[in-house]
Amino acid sequence: MRLQQAIGRTSFWVFGGGLAIMFLVPLIWTTVASVSPHGATAQQDGYGLNNYRTLTEYDAGLPTYLWNSAYVSILTVVFTLGLSLLGGYAFARFRFPGRDALFLLIIAILMVPYATLLVPLWVLMGELGLRNSLTGLALVLTLYQLPFSMFMMRISFEAVPREIEESALVDGCGTFGVLRRVLVFAVWPGMITVGLFAFLHAWNDFIAPLFMINDSSRYPLSLAIATLRQQTMGAVDFGATQAGVVIMALPCLLLFVLLQRHYVRGFMSGALKG
Amino acid sequence: MYAAPAAIFVLLLFVLPLLLVGRMSASEWPLLKGGQGLNLPDNYAGIADDRLFWPAVGFTLKYTVIVVVVLLLLSMGMALLVQERRRGVGLLRTAYFLPVSLGLASASLLFWGFYSPQIGPIDPILQWLGITDEPIRWIGTPNMALFSSIILVVWKFAGFFMLILMVGLQSIPNEVYEAARVDGASKRQSFFRITLPLLRPSIALCLIISVTGSLLAFDQFFILTNGGPDNSTTTVVMMIYREAFRRFDLGSAAALSVVVLLVLLVINIAQFRYLRRGADG
Repeated sequence: MRLQQAIGRTSFWVFGGGLAIMFLVPLIWTTVASVSPHGATAQQDGYGLNNYRTLTEYDAGLPTYLWNSAYVSILTVVFTLGLSLLGGYAFARFRFPGRDALFLLIIAILMVPYATLLVPLWVLMGELGLRNSLTGLALVLTLYQLPFSMFMMRISFEAVPREIEESALVDGCGTFGVLRRVLVFAVWPGMITVGLFAFLHAWNDFIAPLFMINDSSRYPLSLAIATLRQQTMGAVDFGATQAGVVIMALPCLLLFVLLQRHYVRGFMSGALKG
Repeated sequence: MYAAPAAIFVLLLFVLPLLLVGRMSASEWPLLKGGQGLNLPDNYAGIADDRLFWPAVGFTLKYTVIVVVVLLLLSMGMALLVQERRRGVGLLRTAYFLPVSLGLASASLLFWGFYSPQIGPIDPILQWLGITDEPIRWIGTPNMALFSSIILVVWKFAGFFMLILMVGLQSIPNEVYEAARVDGASKRQSFFRITLPLLRPSIALCLIISVTGSLLAFDQFFILTNGGPDNSTTTVVMMIYREAFRRFDLGSAAALSVVVLLVLLVINIAQFRYLRRGADG
């Protein structure tokens, strides 16, 4: 019996560990490849950061692209949090005409493919003077975060017992005062989850900037690195591409490690929906 | 009214574009000139005549079927593997889940280098082992390009579906299994008779997410294979991009968008119906 257990445990670790290595290999490889010497890259001999240097100097320069990505991501987080905090409060606590219809409409965004809306949004943003603008891009990215974040904030508010706000209301706080002074602290974890997902989505998205931005100095990182790769057919810089992948991945991995709990909550609420 | 900002936002950026895409799909609409009046049904008729359209539909469907099956089987295996609370199992979960935190575009760029004959690590290893002499053409032939893209997508998303299934598995109460064991059910029987039926909601969620995601595949093919070789890995969403920004025809891009929307609606409604009926019966 004990032997059987030992065999079971060993095979679990051999199989599970082997699979884990397969999942880790590409991540390790790209990190190593970005600093390794290679004929096809700027890092000709010895290990070093030449690929990152190439990236820094490429076209508008890495700092510009980093700034563009950060700007779009943070703005998306702000828009998403603003809309879903107020909206979640309204859906959870107030009755108003068209409430259910509006909530359904927001959830229905999920049913419409991204690509379907990008073509008319391109035209619409042109009318609004927001085409080729990072603010316009953040608005588009916010749209696709809305179903998840509205759902998340609604259930966060609904989970707060009403007694907490009732005493504040009695003390003469308006409904907005209650939200600002009391409820925000109660729904804080939900807001972190919503903000996290909005940030990651905006940081990583590729198709929306591809449609919306055509001025290369306004490219976010994902688009800049993909373009760097195709720029000159003769001299594709493989090293700089992998350096770009590492820079793209770092904030994502960092946020994952720091906010694992909030990550899982986000997915759980997704599972609840089903 | 606290819902007002969201209402205005949704009307302006969701309802209005939906109406607009309908109108555009019925109009002559060159990219730079804007709307030139109705031309129904030219844009729709043009889609069916496009030499690339049916192959793109075929490829997208083929890709979807393979990816969904491979992803669900693998992530189910992974979920079963890591669901038990053992020492160190958290490490495995983290390892499987790490690729999920990356963006799909980054992952595609990563694998683009990984598969490249210039800096890819697999060929040197295989050659060193004496298994092959020449580089493997990872994205050089249609079948290999499909195969390589599937590896990329499975690597990127398996951890995500594993997590959903794992949560589902853990929510099945232990007493059910114990009762089954007392009744003399084998492990195999309790998996097929208890685990799978009770896991149905989680499986349904995975199915819907993976089917929708695969039907709308874009990043991985745009970046990794660029639709090639010979347009063999061009997906339907890539056609929308191509119509709009390579052929400068927003009208026909809009018509394609509407078709994609309708097909997806039908598929999703069918999936919901099927899964719900199964849950009741």
